[in-house]
Amino acid sequence: MIDKLTHGLSFFFALTVFLTIAAVMGSLLYGGLDCFQQFGWDFLITSVWNPAAGQFGALVPVIGTLSTAGLALLIALPVSFGISYCITEIIPPFYRFPFTIIIELLAVIPSIIYGMWGLFVFIPYVGLDISVWLSSALQNQFLIGQFFTGPAAGLSILTASFILAIMIIPFITVTFKDAFDLVPLRLKESGYALGCTTWEIIWHIIVPHTRTQLVGGTMLGLTRALGETMAVAFVIGNAYNITSSVLQPGTTIASSLANEFTEAESDVYTASLISIGLILFLVTIIISGLARYLLVRLKRRSGGRNE
Amino acid sequence: MSNYLLAKRMLKNTLSKFLALISAVFALSFLAWILGTLIRRGIVGFNLKTFTEITPPPGSSGGLINAIVGSYMIVTIATFFAVIIGVFAVIFLCVYGRNSFLTPMTRFINDILLSAPSVILGLFVYTVYVVKVGHFSGWAGVMALTIIAVPIIIRTTDNVFNLVPNELREAAYALGAPQWKIVWKIILPIAKSGIITGVILSVARISGETAPLLFTALNNQFWSVDMNKPIASLPVVIFQYAMSPYNDWHELAWAGALFLTLFVFLLNISVRILFRQKIVLH
Repeated sequence: MIDKLTHGLSFFFALTVFLTIAAVMGSLLYGGLDCFQQFGWDFLITSVWNPAAGQFGALVPVIGTLSTAGLALLIALPVSFGISYCITEIIPPFYRFPFTIIIELLAVIPSIIYGMWGLFVFIPYVGLDISVWLSSALQNQFLIGQFFTGPAAGLSILTASFILAIMIIPFITVTFKDAFDLVPLRLKESGYALGCTTWEIIWHIIVPHTRTQLVGGTMLGLTRALGETMAVAFVIGNAYNITSSVLQPGTTIASSLANEFTEAESDVYTASLISIGLILFLVTIIISGLARYLLVRLKRRSGGRNE
Repeated sequence: MSNYLLAKRMLKNTLSKFLALISAVFALSFLAWILGTLIRRGIVGFNLKTFTEITPPPGSSGGLINAIVGSYMIVTIATFFAVIIGVFAVIFLCVYGRNSFLTPMTRFINDILLSAPSVILGLFVYTVYVVKVGHFSGWAGVMALTIIAVPIIIRTTDNVFNLVPNELREAAYALGAPQWKIVWKIILPIAKSGIITGVILSVARISGETAPLLFTALNNQFWSVDMNKPIASLPVVIFQYAMSPYNDWHELAWAGALFLTLFVFLLNISVRILFRQKIVLH
């Protein structure tokens, strides 16, 4: 009797995991219905976002989301790789644990703190100067010049990407470090016995051996960057202009939601915001699903339990 | 020739180590910079007033006590629900549904939920609850934070449930114990510290969540502990005050930010050092 009850209850609560994800998707679809009826598929390729005229298109926030996350990944990836290299191979074993904790602390700082710090400290003291310098140095260069045109603003896509990068570095670093730790010692020792340098061990033994995990960890970092809200909302400027310049203000899906959702008055405005939310949700679950799939498959092959 | 090659390899090696060190220093310096800023700007507002008075209108002085109490209530209730849902779900995963085809799928979906953007989960609660009820409320905030906390609890609890030695379960089966008794008398006592870790980690995580509360609990400038009304919470107040043009609001925002960060650090460090458990990042 009690057994049946516990069984039923536990089954029900395990089911809520499925229900949650289905309900999120369903409710967002339903909430965005107005928008879809009015704009159809054109919503995805329209770059106008004009609440006063009731015109909405997803293009600007979608591009903003992808470009900030992509740029952030570009900055974070080499740095994270460097840090995990540092932790596993360079610093003395005694310092590894404290060092890892310190990196992890960077990951648990609430994102709103990053946003505040970016707005009040990073932009006025450093960010603005970097932007001005980049714009004067690069805007007339061939090809890359178009990415640095315009009056350099403190609130910009580049600033947002940079702060995102700092936020996702610990996430990527931790997966990289965990992957590096799993490499059998025997492989590394064989390498050293053949006279490899530390760099050659990393690049020719550890990286090929942990390739799948590195890709998976990077993708998980990417989902973080795509969905990050508060840090971006503070520093991106929330401007709906389509520009190739990373020194201009822009917007992302998540920051648009945070800045505008409670102020949206018309139904179609709310529905449009919900629709871009749905786009973000679909993109992140696909990427993180793929990343988990890679990581799970690898664990099964190596026979390890899920960590 | 061979000397030249060796020199090249050594140079590459040294260069790579140098760059790796630089990247570590880069990350650490940002941590130091952020913490330094927080302490320098937040310590000014760290006085009795901040922790005893309610949030002020611009231009007058006040504190953050209603936001702290609001956060405390939302986070505690959300964690309570999340523990019930999470632990029962894991009981299914590890005991009743051990061989069910649903089990690996549930773990997979749970991992995906773990990295779903929190702003979307707030949006979800808005569309299914706030719109239907017609007003923002503390309960809506609780719902949003529960959805964020459940995957964390499931993940940590699942890890420790799997550490329970199979021999113990088999011994209990051999004595004729029903499954619920095995769960209550054997697995849960062993897994207790793991569940506590999960609770601490999820409290640390949801205490800092801002975006989902914006569309659910909203904010309240006055003293209110009515969960059926909009309620103030620390992260939302920090957001609102930091975005405002008033200097005394900024000061309070920094004090709140310092308080929040210290709180989150304390919880995470205790998990890492006292319980020797890993922090679930994603």
